[in-house]
Amino acid sequence: MIPGRNMKGTKKYWKGLEQLADNAEFKKHADKEFPEYLPIAGEDGPNRRDFLKMMGFSVAAVSLAACETPVKKAIPYVSKPASVDPSVPNYYASTYVSGSDALPVVVKTREGRPIYIDGNKLSKISGKGTSAQAQASVLSLYDKERLEGPMESGSSVSWDEIDSAIKKDLAAAGGKIAIVSNSIASPSTLSVIEKFKSVFPADHIMYDTMSLSGLTEAYEKAFGKKVLPVHEFGKAKTIVSFGADFLGTWPNHTYNNNEFAKTRRLSDTKKDMSRLYAFESNLSLTGANADYRQPIKASETGAYVASLYNAIASELGQPTVGGAKADSAILKKAAADLLASQGKAIVVCGSNDAKIQSIVVAINNLLGSYGSTIDVNKALNTRKGSDKQFEAFVKALNGGQVAGVIFINCNPVYDHPLGGQIASGLSKVKLSVSTSDRLDETASLVKYQTPDHHYLESWNDFEIVTGNYSLSQPTIKNIFNTRQVQDSLLTWSGESKSYYDIIQEYWTANIYPQASGFSSFISFWDKSLHDGFFEPAATEGDSPQANVDLSGISVSGKSDGIELVIYEKNSIGNGTQANNPWLQEMPDPITKATWDNYLTVSPKQAEEWGIKLGDMSTQKVNLTVGGTTVEVPVMPQPGQAYNTVGLALGYGRTKAGKVANNIGVNAYPFIASNGGSLAYSITSGVSVEPTGASYRIAQTQTHDTYMGRETVIQESILSEYKKDPQAGRHFPMISKANGEKVKPHAVSLWKGHEYPNHHWGLMIDLNSCTGCGSCTVACQSENNIPVVGKTEVLNRREMHWIRIDRYYSSDADEGNYAAMEKASENPEVTFQPMMCQQCNNAPCETVCPVAATTHSSEGLNQMTYNRCIGTRYCANNCPYKVRRFNWFKYHDNEQFADNTPMNNDLGKMVLNPDVTVRARGVMEKCTFCVQRIQYGKLEAKKEGRRPVDSDAVTACASACPSEALVFGDMKDPSSEISQRLKIKNSEKMVEAMEDRAYHVLEELRVMPNVWYLTKIRNKDEVKTVNGEA
Amino acid sequence: MIAESSVREPLVTGHKTLHDVSNDIAGRVEDKPSKTWLLATAVSLGALTVGAYAVWMTVWNGIGMWGLNKTIGWAWDITNFVWWVGIGHAGTLISAILLLFRQRWRMSINRAAEAMTIFAVICALMFPILHMGRPWLGMYWAIPLPNTFGSLWVNFNSPLLWDFFAISTYFSVSLVFWYIGLIPDFATIRDRATNKISKTIYGALSFGWDGAAKTWSRYETVALILAGLATPLVLSVHTIVSFDFATSVIPGWHTTIFPPYFVAGAIFSGFAMVLTLLLITRKVYRLEDYITIQHIELMNIIIIITGSIVGIAYITELFIAWYSGVEAEQYAFLNRVSGPYWWAYASMMTCNVISPQLFWFKKIRTNLAATFVLSIVVNIGMWFERFVIIVTSLHRDFLPSSWAMFYPTIYDMGMYLFSIGFFFTAFLLFAKFFPVINIAEVKSIIKATGEKVKSNG
Repeated sequence: MIPGRNMKGTKKYWKGLEQLADNAEFKKHADKEFPEYLPIAGEDGPNRRDFLKMMGFSVAAVSLAACETPVKKAIPYVSKPASVDPSVPNYYASTYVSGSDALPVVVKTREGRPIYIDGNKLSKISGKGTSAQAQASVLSLYDKERLEGPMESGSSVSWDEIDSAIKKDLAAAGGKIAIVSNSIASPSTLSVIEKFKSVFPADHIMYDTMSLSGLTEAYEKAFGKKVLPVHEFGKAKTIVSFGADFLGTWPNHTYNNNEFAKTRRLSDTKKDMSRLYAFESNLSLTGANADYRQPIKASETGAYVASLYNAIASELGQPTVGGAKADSAILKKAAADLLASQGKAIVVCGSNDAKIQSIVVAINNLLGSYGSTIDVNKALNTRKGSDKQFEAFVKALNGGQVAGVIFINCNPVYDHPLGGQIASGLSKVKLSVSTSDRLDETASLVKYQTPDHHYLESWNDFEIVTGNYSLSQPTIKNIFNTRQVQDSLLTWSGESKSYYDIIQEYWTANIYPQASGFSSFISFWDKSLHDGFFEPAATEGDSPQANVDLSGISVSGKSDGIELVIYEKNSIGNGTQANNPWLQEMPDPITKATWDNYLTVSPKQAEEWGIKLGDMSTQKVNLTVGGTTVEVPVMPQPGQAYNTVGLALGYGRTKAGKVANNIGVNAYPFIASNGGSLAYSITSGVSVEPTGASYRIAQTQTHDTYMGRETVIQESILSEYKKDPQAGRHFPMISKANGEKVKPHAVSLWKGHEYPNHHWGLMIDLNSCTGCGSCTVACQSENNIPVVGKTEVLNRREMHWIRIDRYYSSDADEGNYAAMEKASENPEVTFQPMMCQQCNNAPCETVCPVAATTHSSEGLNQMTYNRCIGTRYCANNCPYKVRRFNWFKYHDNEQFADNTPMNNDLGKMVLNPDVTVRARGVMEKCTFCVQRIQYGKLEAKKEGRRPVDSDAVTACASACPSEALVFGDMKDPSSEISQRLKIKNSEKMVEAMEDRAYHVLEELRVMPNVWYLTKIRNKDEVKTVNGEA
Repeated sequence: MIAESSVREPLVTGHKTLHDVSNDIAGRVEDKPSKTWLLATAVSLGALTVGAYAVWMTVWNGIGMWGLNKTIGWAWDITNFVWWVGIGHAGTLISAILLLFRQRWRMSINRAAEAMTIFAVICALMFPILHMGRPWLGMYWAIPLPNTFGSLWVNFNSPLLWDFFAISTYFSVSLVFWYIGLIPDFATIRDRATNKISKTIYGALSFGWDGAAKTWSRYETVALILAGLATPLVLSVHTIVSFDFATSVIPGWHTTIFPPYFVAGAIFSGFAMVLTLLLITRKVYRLEDYITIQHIELMNIIIIITGSIVGIAYITELFIAWYSGVEAEQYAFLNRVSGPYWWAYASMMTCNVISPQLFWFKKIRTNLAATFVLSIVVNIGMWFERFVIIVTSLHRDFLPSSWAMFYPTIYDMGMYLFSIGFFFTAFLLFAKFFPVINIAEVKSIIKATGEKVKSNG
C-alpha cells in the first residue's frame, strides 16, 4: 500500500510525517487523542481528574445529604407480618393484673407496640371502662427501670445458670419453701403452684396490700366460705357504706362504678335513683358521691354499725347487740331507708375487723340482701389474702423455720406492715427468689431475681369473679430477657410443659365443659381469646343461708385521741405502679394533689395546730404512731372527721425507680395488727406535733367552692326533679332593646357556622360521674400528653387536657364572697369533668393572629400546632381555661426526665403515632380525639356507610367506667347522644331539648358542643348543715 | 382708649440670641462626653446586659422561665408592652397635636419627647415578640406576607393583628416625623463641625440640607402633613391596644370604656415620662432657659386632666360592674378591689388618681423636685394599672376551679430590666449625639414675646 493512499487508492490526508511514514512510534499512539503521555488513568494512584471527579461526587453527596433531615432508626419490614399493617391498629383482649387486682381490658397495638388500654366492653365484670391504674399500666411496660434479665447475687446471669442454681438450692433447702404472693385470681397459676407444691414442701401465702381479711373471715363464719362476695350495687336502692370506698379503691371498683352509675342515671322513663349513705373518717370518693355523709371517727365504726343493726333488728323483732351506741339522725334515716328497701339494700364496711364485719353480714342478712344484691356464690378472687396466715409466715421466717422463700410479683418488704421483719428474716433462709419486675425493696434483698413478664407480654388466665374466666395474651414479645413466673415455677419443679400448655390443659379440663355450642376446644379457645373472657351461662345457685351468730360480739366505743386512717389513692393505689409518672401526676380525685402523700386533716384541726396555709403551701407535722415518727405535710381536708387524720399508701418508695423514689412517706409500717388482721385505722397511740417546717403540695385545683355560680354547676334534689325535670336549671336571659328577655343565643349579628355533615358533641352526666379520674389518664395515654413533674404542677402548668373540677359546697350566704371561698365542714361534693368545650362561637378562634385555631365543618375547634406562634391569647380568652401551653420542651429534655414517655427510647414506644408530640411554645388542648374521629370516618367510608356511635369514641368516654360521658354525632338522629339529649337540629345550631342538659357559662353565648346534665342528689332537703339533714 | 393686651411670658428665657441657641444645643453634641453621661450610660448598659441574660434564657428555654401558668397567660410581658406603648404616646401628641393647636411652647420639648416615643415603642415591640412561644416564627407569621405555606393567611379578626398594624404604623410615622425634624439641626451641626468625621456623619444624616427657602417650605409642609397623619394615630394606637382586652370575653377585660380610658392613661403616663427625662436633661445640659418652669407647669396640668379622666374611668368601671348585674363582672371588680391583689389596685389608685391631684397646688406643680417624684409615681401607678387589668382579671375568671395566683420570676423582672436598660441607653445616646432641642424651631420663638418691643417702647 502506498503511504498516503487508502485501499481504494483514493486520496488520504495524513496527520503528520509520522503517519505518512507509518512508523512504530506513531502506531503505538495512533488510537489516542494526544500522542504524548497524559496523566489520565495512571496506575500510580489518583490523579487530577480522579481528584476532580471525587471532589464533585463528594460535594454533590454532601449537599444532597444535607438537604434531608436524617431519619433515625426507621427500619422497614423486610417481610411484613401478616397481621401488622402500618398505621392500622390491632386490638387484643387481655386482662390487666397488678398486685391483687385484675381487670379485663382491650389492648390497642400499633406496629406491634401496645399503646393504649381500653375497657373490655363485652365483659360483664369489667364495668366497661378502666381504672386509672389499668389505663396507665401500658406505660409501666416501657419502664426503663425494669430488670433486664435474671440476676443472681447482684450480677446478671443466664436463665440456664439461674435455673440450675435455684434447682440446686431448692433440692438442698431441706425445709418448707414459702411462696408469697398477692391474691392470685388465676386458676392455672394456682395449678402451677400446686404442681410446685407437689414437688417441694411448700406453702402458698397470699396477702393483700389493702386487706379485707376481716370481711372474708366474717363470711367464713356466716357462710362457711372465706370470700369477698360481689356486691351488685346496680340492684340496690339504698346503700350504706361505713368507710368502704367501693367506688374508688375497692376491688373491681370499675364494675362498682358502672353498677352504681346505673342506679344514678335519670331519664324520662326512670325517675328514681339509689340513695347512698356514707359514714367515714376520710373523705373518700364514695363519700364524695354520697347523698348523706357523716364524718365519724374510725373508732366509732363499730358503734355505728351496731346501732344500725340494732335499729333494724329491733324493727324486725330480732335480738340486738351490746356495746357502744351511736346516736345520729343520719344513721336513723339510713336505717329507715334500708328497712323500706329490703331486698334492694346493701351495707358495706371497710373495716378489717371480723367482729364488725359480722354485724354487717347480719344487717345484710336481715335486709334480705343475700340472694338479691349480694351473691355469696360469686366471690371476688382478688381478695383472698389472709392476714393471720401471713403473720404466721413472718413469724416462721424469723424463727428460721422457712428454708426458702419465693416472692411472686409482690413486695412485702415495702407494702406490708411486717416488711421490716421480712427484711431481717430473709437472712435466715437458704433460698430466696423474687419475680418482681424491678429491684424493688424486696427483690433487692433476695439472692435470685427471676423477673416475670409484664402482663402485656404474658399468657395468663383469671377467674376474677367466680365462674367468670378471662384470658391474657401477649401483645408484644418480651422486651427484656424476662420469663413468665409460671414458666419459672414449672421449670424448677421439673415440668417440661410450658405455661401456655398448662392454661390450655386447665381450660380443656375445667372450663370447656361448661361451654356449649362449640365444635372443638380450639374454636372455644379462639372465641374466648378473641373476647378475652368466657362467661358460662349463669346458673342461679341457691343463696346459702347465713348463719349469723352475734352472741358475744360487743363493739367498743369512740376513742378520745387522734386517730390515723390509712387509705389508698385511686391514682397510685398500693404503690406497685409508683414509678409510673402518669399516675404520679394524676390529681387525686378529692384533694387534687399530685406527686405526694400527706396527712389529711380537718380544717378546724389544722387551724388548732396553727398550720400556716398558703397558696399550695402548708407545713409539716411529726406524726408519731407507736414509736415511729415521720415528718409529713398537712392537707386540710373538708369532710375529714375531727380528730382523725388520713395518710395514703403507695408513697415513700425507696427502690421503685427514679420517678417514684423518695416521694412522700411510707404509710405501710403504721398499719396495726388487730387480733391477727390488719387494722388500717389506728385508734390509739397516735400523736401529731407541728414542726413549723413549710412544704408545698402540688395541686391542680386550689379553689374549693364554685362560689354559688349557677352557670357552672346546676344541681337539685330528686324530689324537685320529680316535680320538675328542669329543677336546678339556671336560665340566663339577655334583654333586647325593646326589653324582651331572650336566651343568650337568640341574639346575634352573625349567622354562625354551617355543619353540612357531622356535628360532634359530648354529653356529660354529672349524676353518673363519680370523679374517679380514669379519663384523665386515658386522655394522657391517647393524646401523648407530657408529664411535667411536681415543680411544674406547683407552677400550675400541668398539661392534662381533661380535668375533673371538684367543688365543695359552702355554708356561706350568697354574696358574702370571702366566706363563700371556704368549704363547708362536711361539704357536698360535685365533680365536673372539664375539657375543651368545642364552642361553636369559640372565643379562642377569633383572637389568634395567625389562625392557628380554627373551626371545622364538623363543629370541632381545631388546633394547628405547627401554625401556632404561642401568643397564648386563645388561652386567656378561653372562659373554661382548658387550653394548655408548652412552656418548655417536654420531650428529649433531661430537665423533664420524669416525663419518661418522651425522654427515653423505651418510654417513647408508648406514644400514639397518630398524635403529634407538641413542640415548645405551642398551645394544645382537647381535640375530641380527632384522630379517632378521622379513623372511624374512614373505616365507615370504606364500608360505604355513615359512621355510627361505635366508630368514633373519645378516649375519655371510652375509659369512663360510669359511662358518664357520651360522645357522638349530633347530626345523626339515631346516635345515643342525639337520643339522650333529644337534639333538635336547626339550620345553624343544635339545641338539646333534654330538660337536664345545660351549657356551662351559657350566658356567654359561646355555644359549646359539650352538654352537661344537672347533678341530682337523692336528698330530702336541699341544704344540709354539718351533715345533719 | 388704647387697649393693651397682656404680654405673654417669653417661651425661652435668658435673652438668648440665635447664636446662643445654636451654641447651647449643638454645643452639647460637640462637647466631650461628661462623666455623668458616661456613668449613666454605663449603668444603663449594665441593666441592658443583665436583662439580656433574662432574654437569652427565655428564648433558649421557653416562656416557662416566667411566672405564667395555665390560668394566667399574660402578666408582666403584656403589662410592660402596654406600659411602654402608653409612654410612647407623649412624643407624638406633643409634636403633632400641639403643632396643630399652635402651642408653641412645645418647641423646646418635642424633640426629646419624640425620641422618647421612638425608644418606648421599640421597648414595647420587644414584648409582643418575646412573649411568643415561638418568636422566630411569629415575628413574620403575624405579618400578612404572601407565602409559600399554601393558602395560609393571617386572621384579620384578631386584635393582635390590629395591634401589629397600629403599632407599626405609629412607629413608622413617628420615626419619620422625628427624623424630618432633625434634618435642619443635623445640617447646623454639620456646618459647625470642625472635624472631618463629624462633618461626614452629620452631613450624611442631614440629607444634603441646604437651608434654601424652598427647602424650608417643603420641610414645613411635610411637617404639617405628618402632624396631620400622626394626630389620629395618637388616638388609634392605644384604642387598638385596648381592643386586645375589650374584645375578649374575660370579665374585667370585656369593657367598652377601654379605648378612651387607655388613651387618657397613655397620655398621662407619656407626659410623666417626658417630665422625668426632661427634668434630668434640663439640669445636666443646663437648658433651664429653654425648658422653663412654664413648660413643666403646663405638662403638669395635662397630667392632672388625664389623671382625673383615668380616675373617672376607674370609678365608672366599678359602677358599671355593679350596674350590669352580671355576676362574673361584679365579682371581677370586687376581687380587684378586695381580692388577693388588692395591693396592686390600691397602688394603682394611689399613684394614678390621688397623687396627680397634688398638682392642683401651684406650689407643687411648679416645684421641680415634687414634679420629678410625682412623674415617677405616675408611671409606677400606670404599670400597676396594666398589671391590675391583665392579671387580676385573668387570675379569677369564670370557673373557680382554675383560679390561680401569679408570681413573677427573676426572668420576668429581667425582661423588664432589659427594656428599661435599652430605653435609657438609647435615650442617653440620643442626648449625646443628637440635638435634644429643635434648634431651628426654637430659634423662631426666642423673639416671640412682646416684652422687648414693649420695653423698647
